[in-house]
Amino acid sequence: MKIELSQVSRWYGNVVAVNDVTMTIGPGVTGLLGPNGAGKSTLLHMMAGFLSPSGGTVTLEGAKVWKNHHIYRNIGLVPEREGVYGFLTGWQFVLSAAKLHGLPDPIEAARKALATVEMEEPKDRRVETYSKGMRQRVKVAAALVHDPPVLLLDEPFNGMDPRQRLHLMDLIRAMGTAGKTILFSSHILEEVERVAQHIEVLVAGRHAASGNFREIRRLMTDRPHLFMIRSSDDRKLAAALIRDHSAGGITLRPDGLEVQATEFRRFARLLPKLAQAEGVRLHQVSPADEDLESVFSYLINRST
Amino acid sequence: MNTVVAGITYRALLGRRRIILLLLLPLALIGLAVLFLLVGEADQDTAVELMSKFAIGTMLPLLGVIAGTGVIAPEIDDGTIIHLMSKPISRPLIIQTKFLVAASLMAVFGAVPTYFTAWLLIGNEDGIAAGFALGALVAGIAYAAVFLLLGVVTRHAVTIGVIYALVWESVVGGFIPGARKFSIQHWATTIADQISASPFLRADVTLSFAVPALIFVTVGGVLWAGLRLRAFSLTGDE
Repeated sequence: MKIELSQVSRWYGNVVAVNDVTMTIGPGVTGLLGPNGAGKSTLLHMMAGFLSPSGGTVTLEGAKVWKNHHIYRNIGLVPEREGVYGFLTGWQFVLSAAKLHGLPDPIEAARKALATVEMEEPKDRRVETYSKGMRQRVKVAAALVHDPPVLLLDEPFNGMDPRQRLHLMDLIRAMGTAGKTILFSSHILEEVERVAQHIEVLVAGRHAASGNFREIRRLMTDRPHLFMIRSSDDRKLAAALIRDHSAGGITLRPDGLEVQATEFRRFARLLPKLAQAEGVRLHQVSPADEDLESVFSYLINRST
Repeated sequence: MNTVVAGITYRALLGRRRIILLLLLPLALIGLAVLFLLVGEADQDTAVELMSKFAIGTMLPLLGVIAGTGVIAPEIDDGTIIHLMSKPISRPLIIQTKFLVAASLMAVFGAVPTYFTAWLLIGNEDGIAAGFALGALVAGIAYAAVFLLLGVVTRHAVTIGVIYALVWESVVGGFIPGARKFSIQHWATTIADQISASPFLRADVTLSFAVPALIFVTVGGVLWAGLRLRAFSLTGDE
């Protein structure tokens, strides 16, 4: 099953949360990657029928999602907020989901869903006694109880311990391989890389990049990198770098050189050789913009 | 009606401290009646006063706030409503179910104690107990719809509800005669007056206005709340 977004925008008053996004989410695992506040939840809510787009359309297999409760036969939703009745036991919670779906055998469906997330043992305890990771897992179980072809998860790995995280990653991968359409949001690149075959990057409400993780990785490593370099002779090194053309811009500062490398790989290989040839000792080479925010801001500037 | 939605809603309301709130007001009503019995004031005049001022004028709107908003507002607040809304059930059906739960609570915690209190004071004299019980029942159902709607429309449902209950129903209706026409408690008194033959009971609103008004408010409230829930937007933390 396919979710299609066509020129989708969403604004709150004057604030634009999602800006003209067009994408198709097909079978397999798709990661929605972006920094906090990029509009990932807003986009996911629009796909789940919990928010009306201010502009554009969101459809599931051609059917409009907004104000259409029939889509939930095909969608399982794991929201980011807890949203679990604390006074119910895990079993009652998942069973209620099965019954709300009107499944022919709700008991068997609930049992199977709880087994899938390895929550059989604590299923008779009240949800309010659960850890955050356990709550997350019963939420996943409730979303899976009707075996939906489409699964939407909002920051599903938040609050899980490493073992639970690995288990959920395996589960998501397996369901993706089985042909389900799965979309999950995350602000952590490594998380997305490990699970998703396909990545959609959202930055400041805009669709900044799209591709498999190799393509996204390459985009992120091949961008111009900014380095701070301190050496025995900054002036001499700067002159050599300018001659070589591998640096886009060089600024000589009192505390060292600021170098804008246009091609990361080439620059990384070249710098030590060049320094050796010129007889300059390198004291310090440090990336000045390695944080994810600057990677994202590069992507967004590239796409404009 | 959806039994799963109803079951969860009953548990959310009755399994927590809210049930104490629901019990407090009817117990106060019965307590007052016992007091009147003890001091030997258990006559028709007292009964009608207690019923119209406290039972229908104060207890019922406050119970309406607790039950009407309580069936939905906390779930919207903490996000648990998504569990119900992300299922292939129409949103108006969720609202109708929650309305029935709230209405049934109004019957149990509002209408039944009203009858019991009046009966305690004066037995079945002149149909006062039966009249006010029926008035409390229909008014309770109307309150359930109004405050359910309020719970869907605003996050400050309880505050607005309490202000409405205390200011509009108790004070404004009491001082401005014209406002009584648009007050659920006065419609309830009209219903009570139809059944009771007591000379102490006097209604300000005609039956031909009160009945359509009650139906309009109840049906309109439930329908509107259903439409609002259908267009419910989840606004994230972003």
